[in-house]
Amino acid sequence: MVVAGPPSAGKTSVIRQMIRQLSETERVAYIKIDVVQAFEDEELREEFGIPTRKVYSGDMCPDHMGIMVIQDAVQWAESEGASVLIYESAGLCLRCTPYFTESLGICVMSAISGTHAPLKMAPMIALSDMCIVTKTDLISQAEKEVFRESIRRVSSDMDIIETNAIQGTGMKYLFRVMDSAPSIQSTEGLELRGVPPLGVCTVCIGKKSVGWQNHFGVIRRLEDADNIYHGE
Amino acid sequence: MSNDGEITITVCPGLTKKGKPETFDHIDISPGDTISIVGPTGSGKTAFINDIEVFAQGDTVTGRRVLVNGEVPPERFIRDPACKPIAMITQNTKCLADLSVGEFLEMHVATRNNLQENIIADTISLANEFTGEKIVAEARMSSLSGGQTRSLMIADAVLISKAPILLLDEIENAGIFKEAVISHLKGLRKAVIFVTHDPYVSMLSDRRIVMKGGEVVSILSPGDDETEALRKVREMDEEMSVLRERIRVGEVIGSGSF
Repeated sequence: MVVAGPPSAGKTSVIRQMIRQLSETERVAYIKIDVVQAFEDEELREEFGIPTRKVYSGDMCPDHMGIMVIQDAVQWAESEGASVLIYESAGLCLRCTPYFTESLGICVMSAISGTHAPLKMAPMIALSDMCIVTKTDLISQAEKEVFRESIRRVSSDMDIIETNAIQGTGMKYLFRVMDSAPSIQSTEGLELRGVPPLGVCTVCIGKKSVGWQNHFGVIRRLEDADNIYHGE
Repeated sequence: MSNDGEITITVCPGLTKKGKPETFDHIDISPGDTISIVGPTGSGKTAFINDIEVFAQGDTVTGRRVLVNGEVPPERFIRDPACKPIAMITQNTKCLADLSVGEFLEMHVATRNNLQENIIADTISLANEFTGEKIVAEARMSSLSGGQTRSLMIADAVLISKAPILLLDEIENAGIFKEAVISHLKGLRKAVIFVTHDPYVSMLSDRRIVMKGGEVVSILSPGDDETEALRKVREMDEEMSVLRERIRVGEVIGSGSF
């Protein structure tokens, strides 16, 4: 199960609820990918007594790192006897989203991030299986409704759960989806759900000319430039 | 069922912290009812209204169940804020966006259908009946006082959300006209549930639910028994308001003030 979302959206609070629920029937392992520092692995290991680990990406993009190590991570979880692996993203640029096939993709967003936030994080929402909106107890009814509409503009049939993840309100709907989450058949078969915009382009490799006619890779004409990236 | 239809909510007992069933039979909350939830800090007041807000079905810490018109409510009542028949307003409820009052209300109106003309002006004028500090459409939401914000949120819940049930969590210190709020909401056949430490709000309510150690320990309907006391408390409340104003404007309160 892949949990993505911006920093301080409440990903780890949601994961705590997930582990608590899953532990009744499953053995859970947890991996966190972050850039320079992360503490969640130690906290969750202490709290739940489950196998956890973290990976620092350092100079590399953390989602790129995740893509590199996910197969190894699934094998590590298996070697720990775990039946479920929860993978928490660093949640930085929000354009790339490390959801894989044969997994459950959960996007966590905070209601206090502003009503347009879902539009800015479109690929992270569009490629997920469900969106969890946290901290809804802190905002006005109007903003709650507009936030939800913004998510629906990105993905009209998205399953949305509103919650105060600390108290666990609304989590029963997440648990229901978790019950029917797919299993990984083989790590070789894992693929990204969408192509992330991390590609090296002709600008990155030092070409100084301007104009789309002079480049290849990721190109945009003025007319195309305002398209929202919705993933595949 | 539309969310502006009349509904009755029934709270069925849960379990105490020791695992025993709560002693009340059930609590019906009907249109026009005013209820206060009272009890010491940590007694379970917020958990009680939280059960109502999420339409608990034995799946919260209290184990209570909440029915709508005698039945388990449809999932959209719980999951879609636009279908939810309940508006909860707390001290924390804020508008985060940097908008004017008019823009804020317009944003909300845009998500709803079938609202009357002049809805924005009507909402502001209703809010102004709840607060002494006049709200204008051009004011920034971020510059409103606590009392103005709470008044606007209540008016918004009533006229734009058309929520039949309001949960108001400790809003008494916010500087709103409590009696005006209560009588207006009663007139509009809204059910209102206060979580409160304020004697005046508690006594203005038709019923008081008394909490202790996480459970409902009694449900009081004092009615006429408190008429005389309520009159006195109203006077005391007015006196306190006057005193508050005098302190606000920098007066020293001499012993001759009383």
